Parts: sequence; C-alpha cells; structure tokens
Amino acid sequence: MLVPLAKLSCLAYQCFHALKIKKNYLPLCATRWSSTSTVPRITTHYTIYPRDKDKRWEGVNMERFAEEADVVIVGAGPAGLSAAVRLKQLAVAHEKDIRVCLVEKAAQIGAHTLSGACLDPGAFKELFPDWKEKGAPLNTPVTEDRFGILTEKYRIPVPILPGLPMNNHGNYIVRLGHLVSWMGEQAEALGVEVYPGYAAAEVLFHDDGSVKGIATNDVGIQKDGAPKATFERGLELHAKVTIFAEGCHGHLAKQLYKKFDLRANCEPQTYGIGLKELWVIDEKNWKPGRVDHTVGWPLDRHTYGGSFLYHLNEGEPLVALGLVVGLDYQNPYLSPFREFQRWKHHPSIRPTLEGGKRIAYGARALNEGGFQSIPKLTFPGGLLIGCSPGFMNVPKIKGTHTAMKSGILAAESIFNQLTSENLQSKTIGLHVTEYEDNLKNSWVWKELYSVRNIRPSCHGVLGVYGGMIYTGIFYWILRGMEPWTLKHKGSDFERLKPAKDCTPIEYPKPDGQISFDLLSSVALSGTNHEHDQPAHLTLRDDSIPVNRNLSIYDGPEQRFCPAGVYWGSWNLSPVNERMTVNKGGLRGCVELKHSVSSTLDSETTQLNTAVPPFIMYM
Amino acid sequence: MAELRVLVAVKRVIDYAVKIRVKPDRTGVVTDGVKHSMNPFCEIAVEEAVRLKEKKLVKEVIAVSCGPAQCQETIRTALAMGADRGIHVEVPPAEAERLGPLQVARVLAKLAEKEKVDLVLLGKQAIDDDCNQTGQMTAGFLDWPQGTFASQVTLEGDKLKVEREIDGGLETLRLKLPAVVTADLRLNEPRYATLPNIMKKKIEVIKPGDLGVDLTSKLSVISVEDPPQRTAGVKVETTEDLVAKLKEIGRI
Repeated sequence: MLVPLAKLSCLAYQCFHALKIKKNYLPLCATRWSSTSTVPRITTHYTIYPRDKDKRWEGVNMERFAEEADVVIVGAGPAGLSAAVRLKQLAVAHEKDIRVCLVEKAAQIGAHTLSGACLDPGAFKELFPDWKEKGAPLNTPVTEDRFGILTEKYRIPVPILPGLPMNNHGNYIVRLGHLVSWMGEQAEALGVEVYPGYAAAEVLFHDDGSVKGIATNDVGIQKDGAPKATFERGLELHAKVTIFAEGCHGHLAKQLYKKFDLRANCEPQTYGIGLKELWVIDEKNWKPGRVDHTVGWPLDRHTYGGSFLYHLNEGEPLVALGLVVGLDYQNPYLSPFREFQRWKHHPSIRPTLEGGKRIAYGARALNEGGFQSIPKLTFPGGLLIGCSPGFMNVPKIKGTHTAMKSGILAAESIFNQLTSENLQSKTIGLHVTEYEDNLKNSWVWKELYSVRNIRPSCHGVLGVYGGMIYTGIFYWILRGMEPWTLKHKGSDFERLKPAKDCTPIEYPKPDGQISFDLLSSVALSGTNHEHDQPAHLTLRDDSIPVNRNLSIYDGPEQRFCPAGVYWGSWNLSPVNERMTVNKGGLRGCVELKHSVSSTLDSETTQLNTAVPPFIMYM
Repeated sequence: MAELRVLVAVKRVIDYAVKIRVKPDRTGVVTDGVKHSMNPFCEIAVEEAVRLKEKKLVKEVIAVSCGPAQCQETIRTALAMGADRGIHVEVPPAEAERLGPLQVARVLAKLAEKEKVDLVLLGKQAIDDDCNQTGQMTAGFLDWPQGTFASQVTLEGDKLKVEREIDGGLETLRLKLPAVVTADLRLNEPRYATLPNIMKKKIEVIKPGDLGVDLTSKLSVISVEDPPQRTAGVKVETTEDLVAKLKEIGRI
C-alpha cells in the first residue's frame, strides 16, 4: 500500500531532499572553511536527524502496536517497584482489578541497580510487613558506625552521636540489586506485568497534551542509524496514568520538564557521581555490620564528596566500598575514577583490602539538590517518583527509603483517583495532584526540609568542613528548623573553571592489586554491547566537543566518565582532533553520562541520552 | 506441508558476558544474583523454528525448558521471539543442579511423543557445561534420524535437507521426518524478542513425574576449581638457551 505512493513521491522527495541537503550542509561547509578542524558526525539519533528525511528509512514499516493498561510504570527500581506492589496490594484489598505494566531497561530486574547501600528500612517495612518470612535479603543489620576525616597520611576519627545524619542505628547494609530483584519477584507474584529488557524510549501524548503512555525502543538499528534486517518497532503502552521512575536524570523526565515546565519554581538539580567496587577480602579483616564513612583526602575542601566502606554479612567476607564526588567540582583535570583508586591506598583503608580480590565495579549518578531542587511532581497523565525528581537525603547519603515512600504515596493517590466514583478529569490522562499534596504532608518532606541547608553550606570558605560545622549546629542541635533556605550556587556546569586557571592533577599509576585502570574496571562491570548499534549518547551539536570542551576545558569528559565512553583522538595527533563516543557503559551508565555531562551544559550544547536499541548489559 | 509441529528445547544458562566465580566451598560456580539468559545456540534454534513457521512450513512451535521456576523467563523469551506455546518441566532447584543431558533427553523424548511433533530443534551445546549430548541422546531415545551442527536446514516435502559443519568441511544429509536437528552458530542470526509477542501467551507447567521420567543421575560433582594461574613466560636469547631451559624443566 505504501509502495506506489513511495514511488510517486520518490521523485518529488528526492528533489526536496537535494534542496534540503543544500540548506543543511551549506552552512556546515561554511563553518568548515572557517574552522581549522572538520566536524565529524558523531550523532546518528533520529531526534537530531529525523527519519522522515532520511533516505535509508523509506519504505520501512513504522507501524506500532499498542496495549492498554490502567497504570504504566517506567523503571523497576525501588521507587517503581514500590508503586507497583502498593497498587496491587490496594487492588487486592479492595477487590478491584487494575492492570499494572512495568517496563525496565535492564535485562533482569535489579541488574542496573547500584547503590552503597545502607538502607533505612522504614518505607520497606511499611510495604512488606512480613519481609522476614518472605525472605527479603536484609541480612546485615548495622552494628558499628564509624566516621573519619582523612589527611594524606592520617585519619581523624569523628564520633557519631545519635541525631547526626550519619548515624545508622536500625539500618541494614544491603546489596540493593538483590533487594530490587526480590521486590521484582514480589511484584510478579501480585500480578504486576513486569517487562525487563524493554526500555521506554518515547513519551506519547493525547491531543489535549496530556500523557498517553510510553513507547518502547525500536530494535535492529545500525551504528550509523540505518535500519537492519531485524528492525522492529517498539510497542506503545497506553495508560490512564504513567508513573516515571527512571532514576537520576532520566531522559524522558528531561522531556517532561520542558513540556510541562515542571522546573519553573525550583533550583536546577545538582549531581554527584558515585563509584563503587565489591571486594572479597581476607577474613581477618572482615567486620560484618560495620559502616565506615570518610571525608577529606583525596578531595580538597572545595570538592564535595566522601567515601563509604560497608562490611556485608552474606556468607562470604564481602565489602562494598566507594567514593562519591560532587559534580560541581571546579578543576576540569579532576578524574573521579582516579580519585577513587587513589583513596584506596590510604593507610587506613589499604589494610582492609590487602589480600582481597575485586569482583565487581560500577558507577551511578546521584542527585544532590535535595529539597531546593524538587520540581513540580504531577502533570496531566503522569507523575514523577524516586530519584528522577530526586529525594535523596544528601548528608545521610540515602535516597532509597524516600524513593520507596514516594512510590507508595503515588500508588495510593492514583488508586484513589482510579477507583473514585465521581471521577471528572479535564484531560484524558489523569492528573493526580493528590500525590504531591500527600508527599508534602509525609515524613519525606519533613526529612528533606530538615537537611536542606547542609549541602549548600559546603560552598563557603571552609568548604566541606564548613558544612560539617553547619550540620553540627543547625541540624544536630536545632534539627534543621532555621528559617532560611540556602541556595545552590547554580548548575554544576557553571562551576567548572577553564583549564588554564587550574593545575593538572598528578595521579599515581594503578598498581593492579589495590588500584586498577579504567579499562579493566569496565571489563569487570560485565557490560557488553553489540557493536553494530547506535551510540547511546546523542549530542545536540557535534562540534561542541572540540570547539568548546577541548579548547576551554581540556576535554574533561575523558576524565569524568567512569566507563571511558569518550575518547578524544587529540591525544594522538593534535591536528586531527576529533571525539568519538564509544558504547562502553556501566550500570546506570546512561543516566550517569547524562548528568555528568550537565557540568558542560549550556543552551547550545548537550548530551541527550537516547535509549539503546536493544540492551545487552550485564 | 503446514501440518508440521516443532519442539524447541531451550536452556537457561549464565550469560556469556558474566565473569564466572567459583563458590568458596568448591561445589560449583556462583549462580545467585548472577545474570542468566537463554543459551545462544538455543536462541538460534528458536529463530530457525520461527522462520520455518513464517515460511508457512510449520504450523506450531512449542518451546520447552527443564529446570526451576526461573526457567519461565527463558521460555518467555522464546515466546517473545515467536514460539506459540511454552512448556515448563518443573524441577526443584536442588535436583536441577544435577540435571544432565541424559535426563533432559529422556524428558524431551517423552514430550516429543506426547505432543506428536515432527521435528525437535535444539542448540548444539550449552555454554555452561559444553556437553554437546542432549540432541544426540534425544534422537537415540526416539530412534529418530539426527542432523547435528546444522548450518542450513531446508524442508523438501517430507524430508529435511541438513547441511552440517564438520571438522573436514560441510556435509549434507537428507533426513526423513520426524527428526532431531541441533543448531550451530552460522545457522541464522536470531531476532530481537519483542514485547507484543510475550503478552498474550501462556506457559504450561508440568512435572517430570507426569511424563513418567526418572531424573536420578549417576554422576556427582566432586569439586570445581579455578584453572591454574598463568605464570609469566620466560624470554631466552638463543636456541641453545631454549634447549637448556627445556631440559631444565624436564620437557625434553
């Protein structure tokens, strides 16, 4: 049916195409004459190069099937799964039938979940009062809490008094991936339709502008953007309400912020990067239940960050350790990965790892904006939960409990609206404003409010130590009730100084025993992508990497990426400067890259994450 | 010839990209929390079955897997690729660890007879045990002809032309149906599993006892160990040095 039309329009189309080529490429040629380097084409994504103008896509069947559900949840992390489970629990309790579909980009639930993690079990126990009988993997209650300030050679212990945010009494050290996997099983048992391995790639809208649902990613696309023989369109999932639980800096959430202007009355989100390793250590160094946090070396006082080291109790002597670095760091020569490797050599950390074996590596982005950066959470047809809008309690470095609670509240609010008898909605997609009100009345809001000033207080002259003093006075004694709210110092990227104003950092070479190089770490993360697929990252403007990032900031993307995705060939030959984006990646890589790149964001640039066509992650 | 029915056997194995670790008690490898997926050769077998169905040569494709509850994920992937029905032969986790090709072949043979299939398709071997025995044993139990290491399968009337990859090159066989075929790497490139296909299909769960199959194994694993660490090589300057070194370590 399409073929004769195509033939007819083909000629006309080709004429148009030729004209458009002149229109699109002539200005590019003009810039080529004037610049000293050519602009290679890095990006192939259809949001930048639309398919209807691309000759290779002519005649390809772009029809999509659609399925109808009551609620569709994007993302099966702690927040998404909590919402799914709560919806089904309410449905069973009230004898109603609600179709809940959950899509998750990871091939297995929990595979892309990465966290320290020290869990505050309040929200979890609320969702699963019988968690112990059901065998939830909360195996390591915290028995010991330690905090220290590191200098290059020494460690100054700081007592953790009750009431300080770092106090972990009553909490559990968990492997969050395993916990999420267990939650996934509970969700399935309750009748949630869980679809791992299918990422939501597009938000669908009704004609009245409300959210209709999502569409999953297309599969079978070559690296240069052309369709393969195995090309297949994604599936559309329509719902009355769509819950977006994509996690830190989700790419669909980014579109929603723009479309519904959700960030009009909040500060821009600020981020941190968390790098983590899992080690099997010598038994004599193993202290199950111990929680260890440090600040200070190797970061200077103006770079926010700190480390964690948790001793798990799951049968073998396993420790989870890592470093969090705030992405508002000023020195473009800073490499969070290498800081992490360097930290492990500290005299107070190294003995624990000696004789041990590293078995896993990963990284993720975290929100550090807290209370001031929470956007509007609801819009016609959908709402945001979890780390996507960002409910992390920064000084406690815990966001899982608030994410779960937001999921629970979202489910309860949606359930009330779906089952209410006199439902009158102005839009086809339901607008569940009740969720935001309920969240504001819950302990999540109170908790985030009480710690709102701690992170911004680290921007003073004393840096992180100023923050600690502030915490001691205003949080510990006054419980966060001071009447003022400090602002963040703008977006992370605005804080990056040009390379010429900063000194390069000399990092020690990895020794292969305690510290390691980047490529072997990425290999250990188990990430594996099929080669012939488009890059997962899309640049809005392919000329920015060389013209701006390299020339002003000395290409910080090579240093901040914990997966080595960016590779600048200027290291080999300054004349032929170009940047390629490889498909390396880690757990949370997609979100990570995106948020980290926001350090370089401006109106003209940036990195969008496009969901990979078919994920073959670990 | 659209009356043919195909049984495809799939196995859930640790994903090929995962770094395997031996359990501390040396009884096996760590499987808890580790990513599993369908054996790559089984994917190729499913793809071949679905392609035959798309060519209208086959009426129904049944996917089957033996093992604990998680096998259903693997069967679902097969359904997502285009299989019509799924059968899960449920084996409790403790017994599933001792499941070997002989037991699975017994199950498949009984199922093939029960479902009255004309063709049994499997992957040539599983990437966890590399046994390369299940297809052959199944053919033996059923007393059916077999075409193993297939790199091309063509249906000609009631006969199956199978091109096999063997050590010397390629061998072409003509098999009379019903037959057993095991898939090798170059048979096809498997398609992506798409969501619409999974949503409507059901998986039937049966017990080995229902088929009258006894799953006892006469094999037991004594220990599993890491391969020895590779020691560094030694460089020598002249051939005389090489000969001397070889004599020194007792190799000549």
